[in-house]
Amino acid sequence: MVQWTAEERAAIQGVFAKLDYESVGIESLTRCLVVYPWTQRYFGGFGNLYNAEAIMSNPKIAAHGIVVLQGLEKALKNMDNIKKTFTALSELHSEKLQVDPGNFQLLADCLTVVIARRMGTDFTPDIQAAWQKFISVVISALRRQYY
Amino acid sequence: MIPVAEDIGSEALLRMFTTFPKTKTYFSHLDISPNSDHLRCHGKKIVQALAEGARNISTLATTLAPLSRFHAYLLRIHPTNFKLLNHCILVTLACHMGDNFTPVAHAAIDKFLSAFSAVLAEKFR
Repeated sequence: MVQWTAEERAAIQGVFAKLDYESVGIESLTRCLVVYPWTQRYFGGFGNLYNAEAIMSNPKIAAHGIVVLQGLEKALKNMDNIKKTFTALSELHSEKLQVDPGNFQLLADCLTVVIARRMGTDFTPDIQAAWQKFISVVISALRRQYY
Repeated sequence: MIPVAEDIGSEALLRMFTTFPKTKTYFSHLDISPNSDHLRCHGKKIVQALAEGARNISTLATTLAPLSRFHAYLLRIHPTNFKLLNHCILVTLACHMGDNFTPVAHAAIDKFLSAFSAVLAEKFR
């Protein structure tokens, strides 16, 4: 089981408290689709993904950004058992959506960059370390049901 | 970016050491505590090398040949670590550039850092 120190819990709660799901979600997805274009393969039915401006104004991407952050919020609320909390989500990503798990890290990295942009120098190295630990636990839980 | 080379470079390194502690194993010969002279000096070196690469972007392999040999034969850094430093450089830039760090700028810099690391890692075997 993952051990969280009080400082780590506080750091991660602190990051979430400042997250505006609507804008952070869509910006993270946009960056992922622009910086790592192969990830667009999972968004065939989403309409115009031609360039960054198109993606940022795409309502389906906006809606999906919120879904992703709500998923992360679930992990935050169940920090001591993320593995179990994410069983269904993991099955969804492997069986139905068939997403290559290598891409989870790419979206996570983009999300970290967006948070860094918004928090500026408040996103200290220690807070970054706690946040990335949380993200790696989430990714590991998402990968569990892949066979 | 050059005038703040020391700040950006040392911050990126510090973020990498804090988030991915295994990367510290390559620096037992230096004092890498926050704001130390060694950290700032090393950070500056890295950013200056990146700038040199950017100035000669079409001839990365030739420009970086000495650095490439250095990383492969002398430093022998596990190649996955380059990605970790690249990520921390991006995070540092995002913290400081705010709105100027657009998705397109992000993509371009990530692409450049990947190409740079690929050259540094190409002589490994």
